[in-house]
Amino acid sequence: MLELHRVSYRYAGYATAVLHDIELTIADGEIVGLVGPNEAGKSTLCLVASGLAPASIGGALSGSLSIDGELMAGRPPHELAERVAIGFQNPDTQLSGVTATVFEEVALGPMNLGLPVAETLARTREALATLGIEDIAERSPNRLSGGQGQLVALASLLAMHPRHVVLDEPTAQLDPEGTRLVGEALRALAATGTALLVTEHKTDLLDGLCQRIIVIDGGRIVLDGPAGDVLADERLPGWGVEPPSRIRLARAMAGRGLDLDLIAGTLR
Amino acid sequence: MSEADVAFLQRLAPPTPSSYHRLNPFTKALAAVAESIAAFVIGGYVGPLAIFGLAVLPAAAMAGVLRRLVRVSVVLTLPIAISVVLISVFTRAGSTVLFTVGPFDATVEGVDFAGQVLVRLITLSTAIGLFGLTTEPRAFVFDLERRGLSPQLAFAATATLEAIPAMLERAKVIQAAQRARGLDTEGRIADRLRGVLPLVGPVVLSSLTEVEERTLALEVRAFGRRGRRHLLWTMPEATWEAPLRWVLLAVLVVIVAARLTGAWPAIP
Ligand SMILES: Nc1ncnc2c1ncn2[C@@H]1O[C@H](COP(=O)(O)OP(=O)(O)OP(=O)(O)O)[C@@H](O)[C@H]1O
Ligand SMILES: [Mg+2]
Repeated sequence: MLELHRVSYRYAGYATAVLHDIELTIADGEIVGLVGPNEAGKSTLCLVASGLAPASIGGALSGSLSIDGELMAGRPPHELAERVAIGFQNPDTQLSGVTATVFEEVALGPMNLGLPVAETLARTREALATLGIEDIAERSPNRLSGGQGQLVALASLLAMHPRHVVLDEPTAQLDPEGTRLVGEALRALAATGTALLVTEHKTDLLDGLCQRIIVIDGGRIVLDGPAGDVLADERLPGWGVEPPSRIRLARAMAGRGLDLDLIAGTLR
Repeated sequence: MSEADVAFLQRLAPPTPSSYHRLNPFTKALAAVAESIAAFVIGGYVGPLAIFGLAVLPAAAMAGVLRRLVRVSVVLTLPIAISVVLISVFTRAGSTVLFTVGPFDATVEGVDFAGQVLVRLITLSTAIGLFGLTTEPRAFVFDLERRGLSPQLAFAATATLEAIPAMLERAKVIQAAQRARGLDTEGRIADRLRGVLPLVGPVVLSSLTEVEERTLALEVRAFGRRGRRHLLWTMPEATWEAPLRWVLLAVLVVIVAARLTGAWPAIP
């Protein structure tokens, strides 16, 4: 369980806070979606939820982050890393730069955890298979497309079997097939009891994946509720979030006097 | 783990195309260091040239890297060699003047000194260059980690060594971008210099921000956690290599001691 209690955060060297009074709890096995306009503070919230802000990048945090009931303030970054995995927007900078193959890149985390070779091997294979990238296992991590890089970065996190995961736009560079695989991987991860926070512009991915969705704007949570309700909320476009195609279709048809439920019923 | 698993992991190790490449990285490193130190300590012409001709050159030929080695060492030592020769030829005091350039006299002693420095420089640069051309950084560093080097130090070493090609690549990308905007980085030397200067800032700065993002990404991968890691592959090491290294070391110690105590007279 990951909890943020009354959290406000200000980047180092800046006078004003970019997150205000954030109250957020993610239960084990729960997937929470995070949406909002550009500059809303989504990436910042990801950094705060993973503890890297302020542990690694500094800045001033008020309020508290606790994981499984323990306060995380003052813990060193590597200890936080064993509890919360975070995936960033840009895959390039998530590669370690010290490995020669994708396989070793994905194996780096488990290896750093001190796991025996057989366990590292098994986890790495599993993570590669889950994201459908076994075929590039022996390629150089420095010669990947943006989408492949994103999948490798995600596989590297999955291989660590994290109990809490924070992802900042994990599918920004992925094609529909890659996006689908990521969705499945995240669902499978949640099924093992992992708590997930996923920032995503693609509401179609969040629809059906998340139990709950949070909207933030100007660094504040403006809406927090069951995924279905939030995605159907009329104010969503006002916050720069496009509703999923399912809902847009229903609205378009209703606008022309067609009732989707009625049609579905007739077809049945 | 099955035999196939072990074979797969071993395939991730850097390739060793010749029997010289197949020497353990530690052995090659020790050979390079011993040859360099011996060349400096023995001095004169015969000693360094013997090491160069009887040890370094045959090894380079065996490894099939002779031509690359010559090119690399020329590029690396040329600036130093030119300045050393100029300074020692013209500033060294001596009785027999060969020729005069302005206020400077070139003496026989100066030329002799320059020649001696030059042969040492050649032996040193080729000995170390041979090690570099036949050993990938990660092979060397992993081997040292297996021998007890801390994983943190091992990482710092690989990251630094592997960062050099990455930096060169980035310089190329930025250069291309600047050229696209009309900056000239080709042509006459003066023009080129003027074109290269604007590169320095972006390359260094982007490397710095990248270091920061990399650090975060690495912390996420449990890097910084104390304790030993189980490495996926090992570099080969023949049973006779450890004794060979002791012999090399013993010979080196004897040479150094003999020269320092004067037991071994200077040879031309
Ligand atoms: N490293 C930083 N230092 C200072 N201010 C920052 C930093 N990163 C982001 N900010 C500021 O914090 C605010 C929130 O930015 P953040 O990146 O969290 O938004 P976001 O919701 O992730 O936006 P996007 O949709 O563009 O990714 C912005 O005003 C931004 O300028
Ligand atoms: Mg962002």
